[in-house]
Amino acid sequence: MRDRAFLPFVLFLVLIAVPVTLALTQSHEPRADFVFDVNSEPETIDPAFLTGQPDLRVALAIFEGLLTRDPKTLAPRPGIADRWAVSDDGLTTTFHLRPARWSNGDPVRASDFAFAWERVLTPANAAPNAEMLYPIAGASAFHKGESQDFAQVGVAAPDDSTLRVTLARPTPYFLDLCAGSAFLPVNPRAVHAHGDDWIRPEHLVVNGPFAIVDWKLRRRIRLRRNPDYWDAAHVHLATADAIFTEQASTAFNLYATGSTDWLDSSGIPPMIRDIVVKRPDCHRSPYLNTYFYRVNVTRPGLSDSRVRQALALAIDKQAIVEHITRSGQIPADHFVPPGLPGYTSPPGPAHDPERARALLAAAGYNGGSGFPPIELFFNTSDEHRPIAEVVQQQWKDVLGIRCELRNQEWKVFLASTRALDYDISRASWIGDYLDPSSFLDIFRAGHANNRTGWADPEYDRILDQAAAERDPDARAALYARAEALLTSEGPIIPIYFYVTLNCYDGSRFAGCEPNLLNLLQLKYVRRAESEVAAAR
Amino acid sequence: MIVYALRRLLGLLPLLVVVLFLAFVFMRTAPGGPFDSERNLSPQIEEALRARYHLDEPVLKQFARYLGDLAHGDLGPSFRYRNRSVGEIIRETAPISLALGLLSIAFALVFGIAAGVVSAARANTGWDHLAMGAAMAGICIPNFVLGPLLVLVFALVLRILPPAGWGSPAHLILPAITLGALRAASIARLTRGSLLEALGEDAIRTARAKGLSERVVVLRHALKLAILPVVSYLGPATAATLSGSVVVERIFLVPGLGTFFVQSALNRDYTVAMGTVLFYSTLLMLLNLAVDLAYRTLDPRVELQ
Repeated sequence: MRDRAFLPFVLFLVLIAVPVTLALTQSHEPRADFVFDVNSEPETIDPAFLTGQPDLRVALAIFEGLLTRDPKTLAPRPGIADRWAVSDDGLTTTFHLRPARWSNGDPVRASDFAFAWERVLTPANAAPNAEMLYPIAGASAFHKGESQDFAQVGVAAPDDSTLRVTLARPTPYFLDLCAGSAFLPVNPRAVHAHGDDWIRPEHLVVNGPFAIVDWKLRRRIRLRRNPDYWDAAHVHLATADAIFTEQASTAFNLYATGSTDWLDSSGIPPMIRDIVVKRPDCHRSPYLNTYFYRVNVTRPGLSDSRVRQALALAIDKQAIVEHITRSGQIPADHFVPPGLPGYTSPPGPAHDPERARALLAAAGYNGGSGFPPIELFFNTSDEHRPIAEVVQQQWKDVLGIRCELRNQEWKVFLASTRALDYDISRASWIGDYLDPSSFLDIFRAGHANNRTGWADPEYDRILDQAAAERDPDARAALYARAEALLTSEGPIIPIYFYVTLNCYDGSRFAGCEPNLLNLLQLKYVRRAESEVAAAR
Repeated sequence: MIVYALRRLLGLLPLLVVVLFLAFVFMRTAPGGPFDSERNLSPQIEEALRARYHLDEPVLKQFARYLGDLAHGDLGPSFRYRNRSVGEIIRETAPISLALGLLSIAFALVFGIAAGVVSAARANTGWDHLAMGAAMAGICIPNFVLGPLLVLVFALVLRILPPAGWGSPAHLILPAITLGALRAASIARLTRGSLLEALGEDAIRTARAKGLSERVVVLRHALKLAILPVVSYLGPATAATLSGSVVVERIFLVPGLGTFFVQSALNRDYTVAMGTVLFYSTLLMLLNLAVDLAYRTLDPRVELQ
């Protein structure tokens, strides 16, 4: 054996590893004014293609649409458009744009919106949210390839500061849509120069309150106030970091030690939610998000609406929110969450074991006898299993129905649900805009998100009628009729309505209150008065 | 030896193609696809997406296309992170995983050998029991328990180290210890065993007879004999550490490649999964080769065929 055996090895490793690692990890950036946890790495922040909540939070910080939303009430507010007028027939909205600039110096023109919307609707681009633009006249035909001419779509920019949008039919929530991500403008020069890569930090051109300084994979996105933004004087934070922790326990550790200033429910480990929710820095609000079970109506037994009713009536949802989710969720007897302006859901089937048994007996399965064993199906998660176990037990106790639990990894689960390869499957639905149609439309016959095999011409007819109705009260009544039909005959068992839990120190920050869509609009985030006073 | 190394390197290529092919086929046969989500896309949008990424072609044709791109150094775009290429993801995150791995190996070597030497030199004393008890604990406690425990003590209670993140040397300490603990423990036990054996050899008796101090005998003479098992352990240990940082990276929010290794498969991000498979299999093969070559250097009795 040679003398040089081991020392060089150890020395080499230690001498190389330590300095290299230190060099790699050194960073001399000061902490950002506000560090917020968006839970997972945004997949893209391109307005045409983004889908997730993390994507949206960053996109809304760097782009501004015609309208924005009030940070608390979400009511439409002026954005790039400083005023707008709706025609008497409700079909034409004329937006008047204020003088505003892109970060490359270009003015924000009305035609930039038309350009962005054409990009979303161009079929080859496969933009996931293209359907959001369908209320615009001709948009659906253009997107489906039935017409090749974008001039047929109801968007016109007679001059740089006027955008005229014509709708296919009156759409009461159109202004709300205009504040959404699919309607954000993009800078044509940047897109022409760099194609889809225009969104990378080195090419990115923005028109919103913030600009991206850099984006480090799996670490953070550093934002700084955009000096070219028209309302820069009212942007309070000079810098902000979006971080992506993925794991709730890690997220909460970072928050607890002061590395993070703001996080939402996904950053609170389920195990401690009931404790955190009582803390003064935990801010709760209703969330436009429903936890429910889909029922596959093509399965024997489950095809009978009385059976589906019985299954819903047998579940004690109050017990689930009290003993399992434990952070103020609201038991759901209907599908559309409470809180939408101008809409109240009709009461749905509440907990009623007697009636559940009677309905099951009427369907021919007295005491569960003869009922085929069913499977309750969910994606692998600490949150879904305990709920499924309670439901399983209650169905057994109340109805005498045997139910097996089955979990699958997320993508496998999605594929099975989609192929209707399940009996009953866990689901949730988040509203895209503040209107009941955002929930009820998905159970139209053959809708891509229906995934239950349920189709009821009467249901579709009521929804069509509601969509065409101009009187707000009559419209709401029609949607309520549709929802009543959905919860009594339909293929779903609502379990509870989510709540948003935002953790932040209210004595230090304001403007980041929770809201119905769980949006965080960085523009409005500011140091709380007390801290400003203390700094003086 | 150079010829041998080159021959081995060439032999890796077909093996890599086989590994890639298997990974490709397994990925494509797993249920679910990259574009499945809680909200389904309309069939027409999905069709356009599949065409965009050539997912509508037969699997073999897709694989041929993949190999063709690969030959030009193109690992393709990520399916999930729309504006990121796989090459970019690996370039940005792999150095971090490698650095963390090397650091934890360095930690394991320093602490493992030190603990092994102490227990062998003071065999069957309190020191020995303490060191070997710690080593046993290091082997038994899995890193997903050790990591949160360290966070609890050093970050949440004592508040002297950050609980997670990346950006300063302080961020490295807990992940490096968590990742290196198992290796440190194994190295301590290996060192102790072979050092005890070495201390009984004739050469050591001669050294002692010459009147050398115990310190010199143990550290200069016996340890030199005793280190070979540690070096042979180092090869597989390094490979396992570098490719096994997944859990630690998640707990401590280390922006390395390990997380992508697992998440890309779960997300059906086909190209990123293929890229990480390619990266890690190449790494493992090269490390194995390096170990074989190191044996040859350290022990001339080993013949390379």
